Amino acid sequence: MINRVPAYLAGALVAVLTLGTLIVVALRAEAGSGLSGADWAAVRFTVMQAFVSAFLSIVLAIPVARALARRRFWGRRVLITLLGAPFILPVIVAVLGLLAVFGRNGIMNDLLGALGLPEMSIYGFHGVVLAHVFFNLPLAARFLLQGWLAIPAERFRMAASLNAPVGRLLERPMLRTVVPGAFLVIFLICLTSFAVALTLGGGPRATTVELAIYQAVRFDFDLGRAALLACVQFGICAAAALIAWQVTAVDGFGAGLDRVVQRWDGSRVFDGLWIAFAAVFLLIPLGMVVVKGAPGLLTLPDSIWAAAGRSVMIAVISAALTVTMALALALHGGRLVAVISVLPLAASGLVVGTGLFLIVFPFVRPADLALPVTIVVNATLALPFAVRSISPAVQTVRSDYGRLMDHLGIVGWARLRFVVLPRLRQPLGFAMGLAAALSMGDLGVIALFADEQNATLPLAMYRLMGSYQMEAAAGAGLLLVALSLLLFWLCDRGGRAGADL
Amino acid sequence: MLTFENVTLTQGDFALTADIAIDEGVTAVIGPSGGGKSTLLSAVAGFLEPQSGRVLCNDQDLTGLAPGKRPVSMLFQDNNLFPHLTVLQNVGMGMRPDLRLKTGDEQTILHALTQVGLAGYADRKPAALSGGQQSRVALARVLVADRPLVLLDEPFAALGPALKDEMLTLVRDVLVKAGKTVVMVTHDPQDARAVADRVVLVADGDASAPVATQAIFDDPPAALRAYLG
Amino acid sequence: MPKTAYLTVVAGLCMATTATAETPKLTVLTYDSFVTEWGPGPAVEAAFEEVCACDLEFVGAGDGAALLARLQLEGPRTDADIVLGLDTNLTAAARETGLFAPHSVEADLALPIAWTDTEFLPFDWGYFAFVGNAGAQAPTSLRALADSDVKVVIQDPRSSTPGLGLLMWVKAAYGDEAAGLWADLADNIVTVTPGWSEAYGLFLDGEADAALSYTTSPAYHLIAEEDASKVAWAFDEGHYMQVEVAGKVAATDVPELADQFLAFMVSDGFQSIIPTTNWMYPAATPEGGLPDGFETLITPATSLLKSPQEAQAVRDEALAEWREALSQ
Repeated sequence: MINRVPAYLAGALVAVLTLGTLIVVALRAEAGSGLSGADWAAVRFTVMQAFVSAFLSIVLAIPVARALARRRFWGRRVLITLLGAPFILPVIVAVLGLLAVFGRNGIMNDLLGALGLPEMSIYGFHGVVLAHVFFNLPLAARFLLQGWLAIPAERFRMAASLNAPVGRLLERPMLRTVVPGAFLVIFLICLTSFAVALTLGGGPRATTVELAIYQAVRFDFDLGRAALLACVQFGICAAAALIAWQVTAVDGFGAGLDRVVQRWDGSRVFDGLWIAFAAVFLLIPLGMVVVKGAPGLLTLPDSIWAAAGRSVMIAVISAALTVTMALALALHGGRLVAVISVLPLAASGLVVGTGLFLIVFPFVRPADLALPVTIVVNATLALPFAVRSISPAVQTVRSDYGRLMDHLGIVGWARLRFVVLPRLRQPLGFAMGLAAALSMGDLGVIALFADEQNATLPLAMYRLMGSYQMEAAAGAGLLLVALSLLLFWLCDRGGRAGADL
Repeated sequence: MLTFENVTLTQGDFALTADIAIDEGVTAVIGPSGGGKSTLLSAVAGFLEPQSGRVLCNDQDLTGLAPGKRPVSMLFQDNNLFPHLTVLQNVGMGMRPDLRLKTGDEQTILHALTQVGLAGYADRKPAALSGGQQSRVALARVLVADRPLVLLDEPFAALGPALKDEMLTLVRDVLVKAGKTVVMVTHDPQDARAVADRVVLVADGDASAPVATQAIFDDPPAALRAYLG
Repeated sequence: MPKTAYLTVVAGLCMATTATAETPKLTVLTYDSFVTEWGPGPAVEAAFEEVCACDLEFVGAGDGAALLARLQLEGPRTDADIVLGLDTNLTAAARETGLFAPHSVEADLALPIAWTDTEFLPFDWGYFAFVGNAGAQAPTSLRALADSDVKVVIQDPRSSTPGLGLLMWVKAAYGDEAAGLWADLADNIVTVTPGWSEAYGLFLDGEADAALSYTTSPAYHLIAEEDASKVAWAFDEGHYMQVEVAGKVAATDVPELADQFLAFMVSDGFQSIIPTTNWMYPAATPEGGLPDGFETLITPATSLLKSPQEAQAVRDEALAEWREALSQ
């Protein structure tokens, strides 16, 4: 058998970073005020927007994924890769991109104005939902596309020859197994949303739990309330997870989406429209990031390039750590692993950062640990996605080659090196790319730890904005997007090239 | 010599008993599908521990031995080769599961490949081979593994009739000549007639004692008659 | 492989060592924008190190509102000798932490108000103002803004010092009628951002007609970018002031050096750097006067400022009014 120690270590690290930091914060708290009415309003708003965002992301992703699964067209592969982009975009960059399209001064309002229609405002509940759908529709589409491609081609042939309804016979059962897991992940991502709600929410009614935590720590220095709110957030997460697991099977999320299943149903026109909708909705804001950032790119100060180098280094190391932990957990398997790999999604970034700060501060200067802490935290935050992409592939290796390996006595290191790693190249590459890109864009704990010498690119970008350097900040944003996508592409590509599968 | 001593195997509701001894040479296991042919082999290979009784190989008790430690080589219905490893590595896995090949090992592997008619194919990967060639690679691995007992769980079922005959002949020529006890599951009586010295019928939850091939087909018992139709 | 990956991390954690310097070291905890290459930090560091025979280190801790939380998080064990960048809306809470010691600096300050605080010493100040585009519609009061359909973007008072400043501004100008003004302002507010950067960025991107900033912001565009297109709106009710202060941490191990820094802070060497790096008014007017361009800025007829005690006392009530009005 493969050694279980790495899985226990990974599990322990996740537990310390999520629950451990929460406990540390709670212990440090003095008698606080408890939760106020405004806090409960924040809880309601948070759950509501997360539910609506996840619901819309999935509902819209269904026709998009179906169209992508059954249509072959020029640029399909590029489109699927670019669909991954919004998800790995740093929030602030994405928000600026969205504003360039949907903002008061954006393309959309220019069009409405030209048509003599009233101006639309992106700010408010709908703006928060719109941004969340922008981030998560592609993610949902990937989950679902995976589900579609997992239906064997023979079944579609059989359904076609029987003239049976593909939707009821094949697609609905598949969606029933895939949708709950996808919904859970997106719900949790939206649950802990912070910057989106804050910038696009339009005012205090759009206060999320994460924002309330931020204010409890920063404004009132009420760590007890922050810890309570973080508990509420975990509670909501646990409830959502329990409900989702009641109705779901193991779901996959990963590489290998460039296959097209031949189909005999559906309307070419409608599929085309859905693909066009997704492409326009997702790629135009992305394009605006490029347009706005390009001028600033030429005048970036040296400190930004240094920060970019640091970010790339952090991203690569933390992605390697993520993939190692995810592999260890996936090889271990079981329900506990499912729990471990959801925990980071429900954790409050600020509580994690504050807790770590409290743990570290008595012993070392936080700034000295900025990079290692960032690496470990980023690695943990990307873990849920990595486990999801690797787990199904581990199952496949086990069912395809488990008996052969047992029979030949291929165990331990040899099993990992000669069978598991080579068989998992694609999902490992994908997970690594994803983790690296997520790490690139994460602002998270670094803000609490970093000093001048070890700022990351997102933090440096924020600091540019704080010094009236808006054009340079836009350039830094573009650099950030470009580097994130490049890292993702390189890793994903490395997993595919020359793989004999 | 493979011995089942009062063995009872259970898998869910299904139960199979066997109290038989199988001699060297080729023994075919036939019977209706779902009758327990593969279950019987699983017990020998170590994927299923008997509820009661013992399985012995040349008087060695196999109870509790891990699959990899048993004096058994097995070929499955599919996934017998690792697609990402070369032919040399795939065969090498039979000798050294950690692929730390020692001096002389490579010679042994190349010799085995020559025996199965694949000289010069060592550096290819399975995807570059035909179905028949892939089966030959798996057989070469059995040869280098050098274990006395060989279990074939219909590994050639997907091949065409001519290719399958060729493989069975190869089994006979190479494995039997090397002194191995071969037990093969088959659903095709022709296979049994072609290569088997004797036949074990698995039906109605029981594995019956081996009978010489010619004899059993000349005067089939009721269960076999029902199966042959 | 998994094991070695863990080892790498452990090694990384262990490698962090504390540098022991022979020269005394002064650690100043401040907000991020103070320490960037565009902020006053680098020039101040160079100037002070020339006279102090010490090592001056600035530690950035997010924005102004995060400073106090960071200090409370660190508690009495903090490495900081000086905390620089709190404003008068936060000094009462800062004083209550008991982490600060009185300073011993006598300075000739050029603030529009008298300064008597014995623990906190100002280093710069400014007036909050809405900054918009020249030539566009410019309301002349908070009330006029509330009654217009002009769109502005403001900061959240719970996470940003300008946001808290506006809360105090409205409270200082309207007292018990503050809630009513907020209710009327609600439809003028495009959105509420976490910090100054986002709000100002949204304004520059054309998302709003103005952003809450400072009367000195147009000086940045004029001097650094030679762009005269930004103006601060002068309001009849007067403008609320932000006075940015520094304080000496009681637990400092270099109290004399800390006092020396505070004295330097209100001297010419520090004050002459402030106008074109922090884009605020210096607390003591430098010998050469203010840089060219500052004379174009509006000068409010009335300066509003609540005392730290008052500011702390009305904070929660004002916040509730604000939240109530903007949640409708």
